[in-house]
Amino acid sequence: MDTLSSLADGFSVALTFQNIGLALLGCFLGTIMGALPGLGPSNGVAILIPLAFTLGLGPTPALILLTSVYYGAMYGGRISSILLNIPGDEPAMMTCLDGYPMAQQGRAGEALALSGIASFVGAFFATWGLVLLAPQLVKVALLFGPAEYFALFTLAFATLGGISASNQAKSAFAAALGLGLAMIGVDTQTGVPRFTFGEVHLYDGIDFLVAIVGLFALSEVFIFLEHRGSAEEEAAKPKVVIGKIAPSWGLIRYCTPTMLRTTVLGFIAGVLPGAGASLGSFISYSLEKKLVDKKGTFGTGDPRGVAAPEAGNNAAAGGALVPMLALGVPGSGTTAVLLAVLLALNITPGPLLFTQNPDVVWGLIAALFIGNFMLLAMNIPMVGLFVRVLMVPPRILMPIVAMISFVGIYGISGSSFDLMVMVGFGIMGWALRKLDVPLVPVILGTLLGNEMEVNLRRAVTINDGDYSILVGSPLTLILWAIAIVGFVLPIFVGGIVRARMRKAAAKDETATAATEGANPD
Amino acid sequence: MSDRIFGGIGILIALIFAYQATIIQESFLSDAVGPKTFPLVIAAVMALASVYFLIKPDPEPSWPRAGRLAEIGLAALVMLAYAQLLPELGFLISTTLAASYLTWRLGTRPLQSAVVGLGTAIGIYVVFKLILGLSLASGPLGF
Repeated sequence: MDTLSSLADGFSVALTFQNIGLALLGCFLGTIMGALPGLGPSNGVAILIPLAFTLGLGPTPALILLTSVYYGAMYGGRISSILLNIPGDEPAMMTCLDGYPMAQQGRAGEALALSGIASFVGAFFATWGLVLLAPQLVKVALLFGPAEYFALFTLAFATLGGISASNQAKSAFAAALGLGLAMIGVDTQTGVPRFTFGEVHLYDGIDFLVAIVGLFALSEVFIFLEHRGSAEEEAAKPKVVIGKIAPSWGLIRYCTPTMLRTTVLGFIAGVLPGAGASLGSFISYSLEKKLVDKKGTFGTGDPRGVAAPEAGNNAAAGGALVPMLALGVPGSGTTAVLLAVLLALNITPGPLLFTQNPDVVWGLIAALFIGNFMLLAMNIPMVGLFVRVLMVPPRILMPIVAMISFVGIYGISGSSFDLMVMVGFGIMGWALRKLDVPLVPVILGTLLGNEMEVNLRRAVTINDGDYSILVGSPLTLILWAIAIVGFVLPIFVGGIVRARMRKAAAKDETATAATEGANPD
Repeated sequence: MSDRIFGGIGILIALIFAYQATIIQESFLSDAVGPKTFPLVIAAVMALASVYFLIKPDPEPSWPRAGRLAEIGLAALVMLAYAQLLPELGFLISTTLAASYLTWRLGTRPLQSAVVGLGTAIGIYVVFKLILGLSLASGPLGF
């Protein structure tokens, strides 16, 4: 009951004219960014963070705007999967498998509407899951001391690569790189400058917003420059006929069991560390295929094959918010970027967030519910509008993305130095992507580095300089055990999972090619 | 091979990082752990990961041809120049130049690029400065 009254308070926060407007804007922009191949949810949120700041939005409105973008991007990814057979973002990869065949049969409108409904079901129930599960997790998190937090941060890094990680050494390198970048600047505890090379600009440390926008948004521009020719051929694909938009009730009822099952699966995949939306949609699709595909119609335009991954990835998106809000430890790329928003707003996520800033948490959750209904409305009758946006070629779009990134960062600090650092990060992001080094641990490292060190030093100092406190309680031991398993497991089973994902997507090479350079959700 | 070179660079960075950590001036009012320990742990992780790349490199990524590399380098230089010129020339002029360049290099015809670049600059100016009230760099001409 407590939860429900908090939720009611949340609605009173979210239902202001400004917040509804921001949610609407966020949903709209998010759907566009999700739909455009190359601009995934993490890019979308990254580009808009600096803007939310320079506009002087408060914590709740800023979060409402950016999480609406996050949810919107999860809806939008399916549009280009279905129409062009190019996933708009990585989680939408599985939607290509049955979505595009449906479009070829002239049922694109039906596929779009059905996947919109599936997205809604997934996101809606996942938001309820968030409402119910997050406060429980908070109760556990309140038992955490500095040593437990240090172990938890390590766990986050160890599992971030996910079960399908290709090379754990590269994830570890990326995490170390991010943590190392976070060390730059004046040490918060003793006041001595570290790694500043005498450069005054570096005394404050590297602004993680600069790092995020550079690594995500600018490196995308460089990737486009690299693949210039091929990107254009893809854009020149013939336009498919959308057909009638409204799916019949029979079809929806036919797919309902699928949607509900995959929602649960996706939500669990989202909550668990290191899984994320891509895995959520993959698991949903493959299990659903095993379960109901008796006639072998999956992959040839079966509506259930469209509903399953979409409900799955949207549910996972909601699930991923649980650890981010309750523990302050994100489990996926986009939630890591959302964490940056909180930190930049001087709000410490984690259990105290629920007691100290209940208006922020519950306002945000209420906004997610509202956003969901907006997205449903936008994605069924107005889907034609988004289809038209898809026709804007990347050669015009990418420079706009770059310029908006510059505007946002310049708006915060007004310093050319930050812009140059950002370009540096853009180049670094491009090189790291080419070398298959994941970018998300780098971001998470720059975000959490100082917090992680503070917890380490606090724990050891409380214990009079004795490091054994780090493994001194059952809770820490559990966390360390999960961290180790999470890091080691992918080395053995990662290859198998990856091979299956690839096999599933191999039917269509363009799908894999387009996501190769993309960020994990 | 790329991974081996990357591993070498990684070890180099780790060494420099570790060395820089050891020369941090410790204040007399330090806690039990001090400002050096955590950076040294980070350097160790980075070095270990880099050694792994040296021993077991991944298959070679497909690097772009030299021309494309130069393309990316040039784009980065243009962006750096943009960062420098922004306060000097003002938002509209520098953004038009940078956006036109990028649009052109991404495969639009030159004249069309100039138009798109100008349109981008004006569009951002109108939305962010005039409607949303953001402070964009204003050069000698006031925009």
